[in-house]
Amino acid sequence: MSDIKNLNFPDDLLYTKDHEWIKKTNGNYKMGVTDFAQDQLGDVVYVELPEKGKAYKMGDELCSVESVKAVSEIYMPVSGKVFNVNEKLKDSPELINSDPYNEGFICEIEVTDENELSKLLNKDKYVEMIKGQIE
Amino acid sequence: MLKRTALFNKHKKYGAFFGEFGGYEMPLWLKNGTKKEHYAVLMSAGIFDTSHMSTLLINGTESRDLLQYLTAKDLDRAIGKEKKPLSNNKSVYSLYLNKNGHVIDDTIIFQLDKDSYISVVNASMGEKIIQHINKFNNGSIEIIDCTGNIGKIDLQGVLSVKALYTLLKDPSFLDDMKYFTFKGSFNKNTSNGDNLLTKNGYPLLVSRTGYTGEIGFEIFVDIEYVEDLWESLLNNTNIEILPCGLAARDSLRTGAMLPLSHQDIGDWPFLNNPWTFVLPFDDGKKAFTKEFLGDKALLNNNRNEYTYPFLGYDLRKVPSNGGSIVLDNNGKQIGITLTCVTEPSIDRYNDRIYCINDSQKPDDLNIRGLSCGFVKVNKIMKIGDKIKLSDGKRTINVEIVNTIRPNLTARKAISNFL
Repeated sequence: MSDIKNLNFPDDLLYTKDHEWIKKTNGNYKMGVTDFAQDQLGDVVYVELPEKGKAYKMGDELCSVESVKAVSEIYMPVSGKVFNVNEKLKDSPELINSDPYNEGFICEIEVTDENELSKLLNKDKYVEMIKGQIE
Repeated sequence: MLKRTALFNKHKKYGAFFGEFGGYEMPLWLKNGTKKEHYAVLMSAGIFDTSHMSTLLINGTESRDLLQYLTAKDLDRAIGKEKKPLSNNKSVYSLYLNKNGHVIDDTIIFQLDKDSYISVVNASMGEKIIQHINKFNNGSIEIIDCTGNIGKIDLQGVLSVKALYTLLKDPSFLDDMKYFTFKGSFNKNTSNGDNLLTKNGYPLLVSRTGYTGEIGFEIFVDIEYVEDLWESLLNNTNIEILPCGLAARDSLRTGAMLPLSHQDIGDWPFLNNPWTFVLPFDDGKKAFTKEFLGDKALLNNNRNEYTYPFLGYDLRKVPSNGGSIVLDNNGKQIGITLTCVTEPSIDRYNDRIYCINDSQKPDDLNIRGLSCGFVKVNKIMKIGDKIKLSDGKRTINVEIVNTIRPNLTARKAISNFL
C-alpha cells in the first residue's frame, strides 16, 4: 500500500470504519469513499450507483465500486434518502481515484437524523484506525 | 516475514502498492496504476520484476532423461511444426505432474547444453520442485537453486525490442531471434555471455519469452547488476517504459489465455483444457509418445472436468479462484470460476472484439474493458455457449470463447518491431 502520509484526509469531513466520508455543504450531505479506500482498490473501472430516491439505513449496502482488483461494497454512512447521484462516474469511474472528495463523490443524501453523525469518526480518529489496520 | 526481491526499494520509491504473492512482498501496481501499466505493454513497453520466481539450474548426464520423465512436454519432439528435439539455446513451456496427472507447477525449461538445463518455476515452488526431482534422482544430477542470486526482469511490449537494443553493446546479436529461444548467460564468470553484454559491461541471458502474450523478453542477470539494469531500462532507452505490477501481469496473461498455476491448473488431472498442447499425444491422440510421471492416470482419466476460456459482455467481474459458481441456461450449477479479471484493453463492437492497439478500431468505440478468464465445468461446451457466473450477490453473463485479446504479438518476427 501507499505510505499513509501521502494520502489526504480533510479536516472538515466525517469518516466511517468502512472508509466512506460524509460532508455537509449548503445544507445538504455529500458522501463518497476515502483516499485510503481508493488507494486500496487501485484503478476504479466501474461504479454501480445507488438508486436515486431510495431510503437507506445507516450501514446498509448502498452501491459497489469495482476496481481492476476486486468489487467493494459501499455502505450508507448515516440513515437517509439518496436525492442525487454522481452521474459522471458512469463514464469516468476513475474520478474516484483522482479526486475522491470532490469530483469523485458518490451521491447526495437527505439525512434522517443528524444525531447519527455523532457516531462517525473525525479525521484524527479515522487516521488512527487505519494506522492500526496497516501495522 | 515476507521475502523481498532486490528491487523492492526501487518499487517503493516508484509508489508501489504491495501485496503478498508466493511468500514475497510484491508490487501489485505502481504509481501509474494497473490500467496504464497494462496499456503500456500494448502501446509501448513495460517492465516486471519477476525475481521472485524460482530459477533452478539442473546439471548432469542424466538430467535430460529425468526432465523427460518428470515433465509433460516431450523434449525430443518439442520444437516447431516439425517437432524437433529441444536443443541448445531453445526453451519450452512444460509442467511438473504428479503420479495422478495433477499439476505440481508449470515451468519453462531452457537448454543450456545437453547436460545442463534451467527450469524456472513459480515463486516459493523452488524448494518443492527440488524435493520432487530428488525423489527420482540417483545422485548423478545436481540441482542448484539460483533464486536470490539471479535477478529476473521481464521487458514486454511493442517497443521492448527497440528498448533492449539501445542497452546492448552489440544489439545485432538479437536480430532474427525466434520465439522461445535465448542467448547469452547470467553467469558473470563465464565467457558464454561475452556476446551479450550491456553497454555498462555486464552479461545478460535474454530469452524471447514472457507471460503477457505480447512481444518481449525475460532477462536474467547476476543479482549484482539487477538494479542497474532496471534503472537503465527506465532511464537510458529514450522509450517510455512503465514499471508494472502483478495485477497488470494477471490481466495481460488472462487476455493472452495463459494459465496461472495453482488457479487455472492445479491439483486435478491436466486434461480437457486449452493447454493440452503441452501433453505428448501422438497423432492418434489416444497414446503418448513418451513415458512420464502421471501418464497412466491421464490416459485412464474418467473425471468430467473441462476447462474453458470465457469472455463477458462488459467489464464487471466476479471473484476468482473458486469464489464464484458457474450456472448453465437452466440455472443449474455446472462448475466453478478459476480466473475472472477485467481485461481493460478490449471491448465489443457489433459482435467483434477490438483491442486498444487495433488500427481498425471504430472511432466511436470507447474501450472500457471486458471480464474474462477460465471456468472449470462438468460438461463439454462449445464456443459461443452462454453461461452465468455468480458469487451469490452478482451474476454476470459470459460466453465460452477460443480467443480473448485479439492480435497478440508474442509470436511475430522481431524484425516487425525494429
